[in-house]
Amino acid sequence: MKNERITLAHGSGGSATRDLIADLFASCFANPFLDRLEDAALLARPEGGVALTTDSYVITPLVFPGGDIGKLAVCGTVNDLWMMGAEPRFLTAGFIIEEGLDYAILDSVVKSMAREAAAQNVLVVTGDTKVVGALGSSGGQAAAGQTATGGLFINTCGLGSRVFQGVSAEKSLGREHLREGDAVLVSGVLGNHQACILSRRLGIENGIASDCAGLGGMVRALLREGVRVKLMRDITRGGLATVLNEIVRDDLGIRLEEREIPVDGEVEAFCGLLGLDLLYMANEGKFVCVVENRDVTRALAILHQNELGTRAAVVGHVTARNQGEPGVLLMTRLGGIRVVDVLYGEGLPRIC
Amino acid sequence: MIDQSRIRDIVAELGGYSGEPLRFMEICGTHTSSIFRHGIRDLLGNSIHLISGPGCPVCVTPAVYIDRALAWARRPGCVVLSFGDMMKVPGSEGESLGQAQGNGARVQIIYAPHEVLTMAGNSPETTFVVAAVGFETTIPSYALLVQEAGRLGLSNIRLLTALKRLIPALHFICRNETDISGYLAPGHVSAILGSEVYIPLAEKYHRPFTVAGFHGEQILVAIFDLMRQCRGKRAEVHNFYPEAVKAEGNLKAQAVIDSCFEPGVAAWRGLGSIEESGFYLKEELREFDGGSFGIEDTTPENPACRCAQVVVGRVAPDECPWFGSVCTPLNPKGPCMVSGEGSCGIWYRYRVPQGTALRR
Repeated sequence: MKNERITLAHGSGGSATRDLIADLFASCFANPFLDRLEDAALLARPEGGVALTTDSYVITPLVFPGGDIGKLAVCGTVNDLWMMGAEPRFLTAGFIIEEGLDYAILDSVVKSMAREAAAQNVLVVTGDTKVVGALGSSGGQAAAGQTATGGLFINTCGLGSRVFQGVSAEKSLGREHLREGDAVLVSGVLGNHQACILSRRLGIENGIASDCAGLGGMVRALLREGVRVKLMRDITRGGLATVLNEIVRDDLGIRLEEREIPVDGEVEAFCGLLGLDLLYMANEGKFVCVVENRDVTRALAILHQNELGTRAAVVGHVTARNQGEPGVLLMTRLGGIRVVDVLYGEGLPRIC
Repeated sequence: MIDQSRIRDIVAELGGYSGEPLRFMEICGTHTSSIFRHGIRDLLGNSIHLISGPGCPVCVTPAVYIDRALAWARRPGCVVLSFGDMMKVPGSEGESLGQAQGNGARVQIIYAPHEVLTMAGNSPETTFVVAAVGFETTIPSYALLVQEAGRLGLSNIRLLTALKRLIPALHFICRNETDISGYLAPGHVSAILGSEVYIPLAEKYHRPFTVAGFHGEQILVAIFDLMRQCRGKRAEVHNFYPEAVKAEGNLKAQAVIDSCFEPGVAAWRGLGSIEESGFYLKEELREFDGGSFGIEDTTPENPACRCAQVVVGRVAPDECPWFGSVCTPLNPKGPCMVSGEGSCGIWYRYRVPQGTALRR
């Protein structure tokens, strides 16, 4: 089996399916809830109610510097829970596998997923596997030299507890708490994930790795220390620009300072080369948080202590906004001002 | 890296300029984008105007070209491969490649031309038609693609070309748009062609040309140079991007282009047909051509759409009655709004409306 490829038989529900589940999924994710292999996991109700989220993961290539689709499927979903001030407890995992996928790749992805779940302190309590004929859906995004078959798609659903170490974030997080003068922080350098994935697809050699990571450590520390956090969002697809446009209100905008936005030199050069705007680049291990201005020094110090937050920075502030005005503006390094709008279409390399 | 105190001096001098009105054209769409991204217009005095030129390959491609690509995409056994920017440009009937894809036509986005080699090798029964659009910067990659396809014996690749040569178009603009005081010459195209190619233009039309890089500081310095040349009544070619642009250009890339393509008349949306301004596959490589000849700018322009005037800088994007109302990046009516390099799209995304409180 180890040298094989996944075939439709692995999804038939017969012996091949049983072996796949027993040898791989059940053994990697083993825990008392999953081990019963029943139709549903029976869970006790967490204190203070639950936060529930789901996300599907589609990425080519499946394995990339800094992570793989399995690690991504854990981090992305637990991060969504953390952003709501909820502590992740349980995950579900649904796998849609295109026939032709190397067993070895599936094996490494599932093991990576199990490792990451353990690191993030969540249990994968139920799951599902389907094998489909080649969809070719990833064809347009296949890396140079790759064919469109043998894809893998993962859906995870995450359940978290709304009460976190006695602090209820329930009433305090949300756009309605924003005030003029609040500080806007990002937890580190931007753009690494998308720059890494695009580099692999375009066959560009460089040292850029994805920032794929769980944000729990930083969020936990901020809340535990009592920093007045108004709102948190992970900066994924669409980048910082998109996230900020989603959180501004009719009466409140955000003004960014370009010179404060943290970026690795290699990522900056990559963006310059391909004509990509850093503010729209996807990340998988960064978040933006808005904190009350009097807490900003403390918040930065807390983030800087975490190995994932050493480059955290205050990148802007919440400002008053009149009707019809743009929500997010950027003071450029040169001292000019421009609008930071939502992304229209896909961020694509330029052609001239 | 340019010294920051020098930048401050330049900003002060450009901001305080109040002499004779100056109109500088940035030819390249990436410059336009960078100018807005860095807020450079904000830094210039009221007498210095920046005009966005025809350097967005998508914007100057006639609708008829899209029609031909659509015809390929609808043909059984064919797939059209396109860069993302082209996907939303409407053809003569209003349908874009992106919409046609939704209606069952076979269109795929590519990031680099060489991707087609793998696809064509894997699916010999399918004809892959590359929507090959671009200036001298991208043309070498199409040349290499054709050479490699020939070497591999792949007979199922076609190039539907709308490839443009910059210099003949610049002659056209210099001749017709006489109120432009100077030109910010593109960085990428100049890296291929070299800075010397602008000397005959500068001499003939008595206009300064300054080659600029893409960082905000680099553009600012180049604009400052144009301003000083104009003030001193000079019309010289200056290269402010020497790290990428040599006087003679990239001879290797030029040779690759010349080995596969030859000049011919080409249609530019907004400018019309210009002699020698296009590149076409040479006779011996014609088997790879996907019907690129005889494309004319017959676009039945809707009189309200001003793209044709926008690409030569005769009207500013927000002077178009459709700008921001009927025509937006999500629902573009003209190519200048479609492309990330198009003036209208760039203005729509980055321009800060007058009187915005957050400005302060």
